[in-house]
Amino acid sequence: MRVTVDQDVCCGSGMCVLTAPDIFTQRDTDGIVELRTDTVPPSHEDQVREAALLCPSGAITTH
Amino acid sequence: MTEAISTTPHTALTLPTRRHDPLDPPPEFDRIRQEQPATRLAFPDGHLGWLFTRYEDVRAGLADTRLSSHLPRRTSPVRITPLTEEDIEPFANDRSLINTDPPDHTRLRRLLTGQFTVRRMRALQPRIDQIVSDHIDAMARGPRPVDLVTVLALPVPSLVICELLGVPYTDRADFQRHSATLLDVTSTREEILTAIRSIREYMGELVRSKREHPTDDILTGLVHADAGGQPLTHDELVAIGVLLLIAGHETTANMIALGTLTLLRDRTRWEQLSAEPQLIPRAVEELLRYLSIVQFGLVRYAKERVELGGVVIQPGEYVVLHLPAANRDPDKFPDPHTLDFHRTNTHHLAFGHGVHQCLGQQLARVELTATFTRLTSRFPNLRLATPPDHVPMRDTMVVYGVRELLVDWDD
Ligand code: HEM
Ligand code: SF4
Repeated sequence: MRVTVDQDVCCGSGMCVLTAPDIFTQRDTDGIVELRTDTVPPSHEDQVREAALLCPSGAITTH
Repeated sequence: MTEAISTTPHTALTLPTRRHDPLDPPPEFDRIRQEQPATRLAFPDGHLGWLFTRYEDVRAGLADTRLSSHLPRRTSPVRITPLTEEDIEPFANDRSLINTDPPDHTRLRRLLTGQFTVRRMRALQPRIDQIVSDHIDAMARGPRPVDLVTVLALPVPSLVICELLGVPYTDRADFQRHSATLLDVTSTREEILTAIRSIREYMGELVRSKREHPTDDILTGLVHADAGGQPLTHDELVAIGVLLLIAGHETTANMIALGTLTLLRDRTRWEQLSAEPQLIPRAVEELLRYLSIVQFGLVRYAKERVELGGVVIQPGEYVVLHLPAANRDPDKFPDPHTLDFHRTNTHHLAFGHGVHQCLGQQLARVELTATFTRLTSRFPNLRLATPPDHVPMRDTMVVYGVRELLVDWDD
């Protein structure tokens, strides 16, 4: 599975980091999402799907 | 998609606010959610708007930026605002986060989100643990029974937000009082105006002093922020400072005290958390859902025509998205009126949803986890010192909770 994020719509809620800390992080300067990797290992797919569901601004897409 | 789009309003409701059980939303919401999930709502000022109570609709409404947070009038579903147009005039341009839309909102919010990241909040944890421990030690040494609100629930988040913002904690009596006035829907015009003026004046002074004497805190950071070549105006700084100060202490304080009442009313809950502290982070999420302390829901204003929940909202109409009703929706949370720490679905809306979702939520999580962890381990036999139905509730406050919570314990 692959994941992409839209930094223009992210509102820095941190829900993705809370849910899948190995995949998502927040920029220190403005709290906006960054990917640690865009290729999600099978062991983390559930977490990433959950993060995409939780994201309040719809910034996370799985492919 | 377009099933049953109805434009003919059925009978308008008024917002139910009377609870039967102090820990449950008014019971009418179960019927409303089932029979009239998208219904006309009569606002006390005569406006005919809409009420949404289903989880899916409330979440979709909060994610929809056509439903604006910038309300042209101070319309409330529970009261007629006693303020006149002239009263509001001096603060009409106060722009904080909570009452702006993108792109203004995005600019303001991005100045702050870096300060509230998951990592920053975790880094604060040792300091928060320390603050909690100090207050619990003082509580243990003090007289009993004791009011938990006064000795723990209010001081902990107040001290934390003061340290973060750079507000002197010694000034707390004044800002706690003004903030209580502003959140109480029974406050009079004079009370509200005095509170707004005093808290703005106070914050204004503080902003001026941070400009001259920078310190290491969020307020100083905002004063000196470049904000993409558009530094914040004095009024913006004051509005954001006031919002952070009020939102930062009242909400967490009420979750601590109301959460404690919930856990002590059925003491097996308290015992469960003392015995299994690893359950506490999940218990915190479940308490947030179950108690949904932003009790009258969130108000939005339709800038455009919006279809939601099978109805059409016309431009100019006000909408209430009811968080407590949505968080008890059985279609989303099976057996919704049961407090269940083993629930795997944590998609509650207690912090809202969409671009305005609570900025302080990661801070609140750290504060609540630290407080419940230390409280249950230090006082495994904590108990209510009054019968539960004698606990005075905050029925008229925008943020629900208890006014006082007398507790006792054995050594
Ligand atoms: C358990 C505690 C808390 C609850 C239940 C809570 C609830 C909420 C809710 C429902 C909203 C959304 C408002 C809307 O969409 O109109 C919100 C926004 C906000 N909250 Fe909290 N909150 C809590 C703690 C905090 C704390 C500790 C802070 C401290 C900084 C804070 C600061 C804010 C701010 C600044 C906003 C506005 C965000 C924006 O409009 O972008 N909150 N909160
Ligand atoms: S959950 Fe969404 S809005 Fe929040 S930080 Fe992650 S990407 Fe941004």
